[in-house]
Amino acid sequence: MKVELRDPNIIMKLSRLGSFHQSKLSFLRSFLSEFKDWKYNRDLFTLDKNGFGVAVYSFRKMDRVYSLICFANIIKDDERSDRVIATKWDAAFTLHDGIPNKDDINRLKKEVPKQEVGRLSYKELTLSRANKSIRVFDHVVENLSNGKQPNLDLLEKVGYLYRTTAVYGSGKFGLADRFRIKNRDEINGPFRLEMMLVYLVRQFTFDQVNHVAKNKNPKKAVKLDPKICKSLGIGNSTGLGMAPFIVNHPTLLNNWIMSREKVLKKIREIKKVDLQDRDVFKQCLRSSIKNITSWNTESEYQLKKIKDLLKDVKKFLDFIETKFDFKIDYPFNELYLWAEKETCEECIEYIVSLMMEPYNKITEPLVKQMSSEEDKYFTIPTNRKVEELRTIIESKYSNILTIDFEKKQNYKKFWFISKNKEEPRIADRFEEQGSELEQPLAIARDIKKLYEKLLITKKDMTIDKFLSDNSDLRHVVRRAFIIEKFPYSEIQDNTISEDTIPIDMLRLKLSFFGALKFDPRSDKWLRICMFQGAPLPNELKDYDDHWVYKSDS
Amino acid sequence: MKSLSEIETTSKRATRAAGFSWGVSEEVGKCIRLLEVFGFPGIKNLNSYFKDKTLNDFESLKLIVKENKPQKNKFCPINLGVNFLDQIRDIERFNNCSFKNIAYPILFLPFLSRASEVIGKKIFFDFDKNQFLLNYNVSISSNFIEEKYPNLARNIKINFLDNKDNFSDLEWKNLYKLSEKTFVEETDSLKQGAAGAGLTDND
Repeated sequence: MKVELRDPNIIMKLSRLGSFHQSKLSFLRSFLSEFKDWKYNRDLFTLDKNGFGVAVYSFRKMDRVYSLICFANIIKDDERSDRVIATKWDAAFTLHDGIPNKDDINRLKKEVPKQEVGRLSYKELTLSRANKSIRVFDHVVENLSNGKQPNLDLLEKVGYLYRTTAVYGSGKFGLADRFRIKNRDEINGPFRLEMMLVYLVRQFTFDQVNHVAKNKNPKKAVKLDPKICKSLGIGNSTGLGMAPFIVNHPTLLNNWIMSREKVLKKIREIKKVDLQDRDVFKQCLRSSIKNITSWNTESEYQLKKIKDLLKDVKKFLDFIETKFDFKIDYPFNELYLWAEKETCEECIEYIVSLMMEPYNKITEPLVKQMSSEEDKYFTIPTNRKVEELRTIIESKYSNILTIDFEKKQNYKKFWFISKNKEEPRIADRFEEQGSELEQPLAIARDIKKLYEKLLITKKDMTIDKFLSDNSDLRHVVRRAFIIEKFPYSEIQDNTISEDTIPIDMLRLKLSFFGALKFDPRSDKWLRICMFQGAPLPNELKDYDDHWVYKSDS
Repeated sequence: MKSLSEIETTSKRATRAAGFSWGVSEEVGKCIRLLEVFGFPGIKNLNSYFKDKTLNDFESLKLIVKENKPQKNKFCPINLGVNFLDQIRDIERFNNCSFKNIAYPILFLPFLSRASEVIGKKIFFDFDKNQFLLNYNVSISSNFIEEKYPNLARNIKINFLDNKDNFSDLEWKNLYKLSEKTFVEETDSLKQGAAGAGLTDND
């Protein structure tokens, strides 16, 4: 049986993209899988009794070494902020390519804590900073120093000791450009070095908290139980900074979604499912309920989504346990069709992620197809004809063409780059200043404008002639020719409407990162947790691949 | 040192701020990145051009023909470059073309380089005795050795070079003969069993 790939007009809607969940394709899971046989080491740990100083951690395999350099700094409570306006953080980190020497560390000590206003070199690969959850960190220190383990309820509620507020890579602030390292097999997957940084930062937070507790009460202090460590991740506050990324990298977006869609298609095409694979799926599904019930948020928007998800996952579980027979042909296809009919978007995508759990042999080759040589598709094929471009738009943007951009509510918002932080922001064009400096992220509006122009242009005109009179539409002409080859390269929705929920765009990207427990703090930023439940570095050689669904938190 | 990613992003934004469309700004971002990769002073010249642009009107040329002259002033290297790249398949048919007065010719260079890749031919760019060979967007060779690039090219000639060998038949034969020393003579039985060989070749 041949299953068709899902329709981009459905999958690429913002509400659907904003319902995506982590899966075996997620970058933090593929990072762990790739680096599981690398040698992990803590190379340097020179913190004072209060936990301030420098630490270095590394992953090594043959001649290749990646080193995380951590700078833990003293900051006052009133200086601590997760907002982009912050200029100081509890700790700052960079992932260095190779083994840093003293000069490197001294150089980086001056630059890394400054973050965006510091300068890195081609020897550094990623950059980040993080703040303590003071409530949790102090509580853990207090208990450990008194010979006790911390209160698990509190830890479960927060989920981490530190949260990062940004992780930068790919040439930002002087960091190495992607092209310098793209041929390395071990990082043949998006954001792999960003994932490595966050993973090693997680270990630093455990080592630091143990160190401070020990120094506070050397005789009585105990170490944080490794089981508890495992149940903690790294928090992350994510704002609009990453939203335009998925618009600005169409072929990359396509390759992420296409991999997911191909995996689903292949799973739906499995005629007979092995008992073992069935059991893995069912076991992960059952255990995953805890991930939903322990999902904390105060966001009414997310609470409703979680409630619907829980209700539908339970309904799905009941269907599987009492009414469904895995012995039928194409059982996963039947389950998928049932979920599409009976459950909400959040639940459909949750089930899609779960279906991947038994199928390493399907997911692994596709993990390698999730990067993109974007420059290859940049040049516009200007020898093509207006008629061809019109046909592409009619077939690939059919829903977009139905949006009425004469109505104010459909172009109420605009995206811009803030002057103080050089970060993307969204605002109301009728209430705020600056819409004349709008970023080219209103793709739906501009595609429609292009289409209307094409309708009154001679069909056999070549694109070079069309562009010489329509330079303002050049950016969308390029995109239309990209979507012709890459069907999942475009969000099939209006990104400037009154109803646009920007966190849907963040959620999509974060799900591919492998984030859990999205906690929206407004419609423009959210908190997440990464690596919660993941194996510790000393467990990497032999870890349970389905750890996501077996976390203690 | 600035990363190429920073160079591309900043060039793109600056181009937009200088009044070009987003689509053209994206092209400029890529082109300045390319110049810097090849070791040419892209940022320096883009900066100078934008300063100049506030004082001078540079001309656009919608349709490039075999011989092109600006009406009054100088050609804008960006608009000209974008149109050259877009129209390259038509321009190639001329075999060669010429221009008068292109401002900041170094900024025109990366568009030629990309055009060379599009048509799969080397492009020879000659202005005021300065010569550049654009090799399929893989490299740029030049006889230009001055530190400062001129902000005006007065007489420009562009040739599309036919794809041909730049060695003689004899040189090739000699080298091929030497390469044959790595081959092994097959026996008749091996020949019979080779791919495509059947009992009869006419069946």
